[in-house]
Amino acid sequence: MDSMRSEGLSSSQREDLMDQVKQQIVIANTQELLTKMGEKCFSKCITKPGSSLDSSEQKCLAMCMDRYMDCWNLVSRTYTSRLQREKNFQ
Amino acid sequence: MWFQVLVHELTEKCWDKCMDRPSTRLESRTEGCITNCVQRFIDSTNFVANRLQKVAGQH
Repeated sequence: MDSMRSEGLSSSQREDLMDQVKQQIVIANTQELLTKMGEKCFSKCITKPGSSLDSSEQKCLAMCMDRYMDCWNLVSRTYTSRLQREKNFQ
Repeated sequence: MWFQVLVHELTEKCWDKCMDRPSTRLESRTEGCITNCVQRFIDSTNFVANRLQKVAGQH
């Protein structure tokens, strides 16, 4: 985009760029969650790797994913309310 | 954005410290552990920052 190299961005170009950046952040965020969840649940559920994922392993993985999300939500809530509390004391 | 980054980090750390075997729901003992984990992490961060400031001021 030549206009990016000259005077700078128009406000609509800047808006587009910001939307792209925000989207990238959402994607990176989802990717991170996926990676971590996969690692943690593999560790918890696949103790003796067999020649395929058996049904108990699959059930464990599904449950683990749900619990990881529960954990994520709880951390998010706790952190948010703590931040709010700190702000109120300043 | 940093909020998200920190939540990911904390989730990972607190999961490792608090989660035994995943079950059909988050047990109250686990919930308590995770809540404490988040609060103590923030306390630790503040402690480290404050003490470092003090120590740095002495040199």
